[in-house]
Amino acid sequence: MSQRIAITLDVNGTAYRREVEPRLLLTDFLRHEIGLTGTHVGCEHGVCGACTILWDTAPARACLIFAVQAEGHAIHTVEGLAPAPGQLNPLQQAFQDTHALQCGYCTPGILMTMTAFLAENPAPTEHQVRDALSGNLCRCTGYQHIVDAVLLAAERAR
Amino acid sequence: MKPAPFDWHAPATLAEALALKAHHGDAARFLAGGQSLVPAMNFRVSQPAMLVDLNRVAGLDGIAWDADGTLSIGAMTRYRSIERDAAIAARQPLLIEALAEVAHPQIRTRGTLGGNLAHADPASEMPAVMLALGARFRLASSSGGREVAAADFFIAPLTTVLAEDEMLAEIRIPPLPSRSGTAFLEVARRRGDYAMLGVAVVVVRDAAGRCREARLAFLSAGPTPVLAPRAAALLRGTALDTKSIADAATMAQQEVEPMGSVQANPGYQRHLAGVLARRALSIAAARSLA
Repeated sequence: MSQRIAITLDVNGTAYRREVEPRLLLTDFLRHEIGLTGTHVGCEHGVCGACTILWDTAPARACLIFAVQAEGHAIHTVEGLAPAPGQLNPLQQAFQDTHALQCGYCTPGILMTMTAFLAENPAPTEHQVRDALSGNLCRCTGYQHIVDAVLLAAERAR
Repeated sequence: MKPAPFDWHAPATLAEALALKAHHGDAARFLAGGQSLVPAMNFRVSQPAMLVDLNRVAGLDGIAWDADGTLSIGAMTRYRSIERDAAIAARQPLLIEALAEVAHPQIRTRGTLGGNLAHADPASEMPAVMLALGARFRLASSSGGREVAAADFFIAPLTTVLAEDEMLAEIRIPPLPSRSGTAFLEVARRRGDYAMLGVAVVVVRDAAGRCREARLAFLSAGPTPVLAPRAAALLRGTALDTKSIADAATMAQQEVEPMGSVQANPGYQRHLAGVLARRALSIAAARSLA
């Protein structure tokens, strides 16, 4: 019988209590235990960035963290970005306005990466945006419109 | 894929963590940042029966300076903390320059210096940087502790001198002398990928501007990070002029024994060793005058 551990995780400001195996990845906790399927699973070994969440205030791969490790930390997912149902936050709006997504699979991870990036770099250069984007793979867009969206969001915030 | 089942322990003290490892030996693995171990577990390449999670152990992280200028970095210190440390940027810039090439920001949020070094991937940046800087590692176990030089720590791919009851607890980096210059360069297919080859260099001039000391350490150039002592010897006593640097780079190219990888055969890696050594030495030589 494998070990099961009772944990309470803070996700987007809500406390979720579950009993889980230690091997449960944070991605699977988010998607299967509490139904927040906005965090996507791509490669499951830390390369693609689709599962990027905010760990406290920093971007991290949810596929490389066990859910049991997340107690005591504030986890933020893409579901926490919009101010209300049916609305977009300024970064999401910029993505829509510049056509920065096609299939959308990579988008939640990129939004979380760029949320943390813009908080630290409110007036980034294109080079800085591209560098920050290097840990997220997108197979549709060629990245150009994603870069445009991040720069637009930064410009609108000024 | 998903990891195989394991028992998880998250002790609060170093003594507890070391006691668990001493008791369970190789059946247990220490979990630091998890950015190499967890992918291996997700692929089931690694199936430890137990993880001793160090993330709640007090006192294993932190950045401190001794009176003599030695930098001490706790094994659980995150890359994210190191790369944002202004004192390290000013006093040990090689660490910061190389860290920019370590994976991606999301990985550096969780990744730890100690975990990376204990993982001992010969394609990884920090092991080579530690050799170039002449770092020493403090190893801890429930029966005591010892200190080893970085150059003696790595013995084979993913293999170190750590005994099954030991933990890499702290990294100690001696101060750079005055008139030092450092540089880090690598070539990778994409930003954040494993490098096909990389080099970390340190040069130190004497008061007359002659090279007093030089170290070149390569990554992805053999089964462990490797120094190029013969190339370094060629530089001593020179003015670090273009000709001396070119000679040393040629020597380094002959000294390394790259094994080849999916992206680069040994001949190409050897070519890169020469080019990158020449460029990095030139940059470090210029910086040593600043």
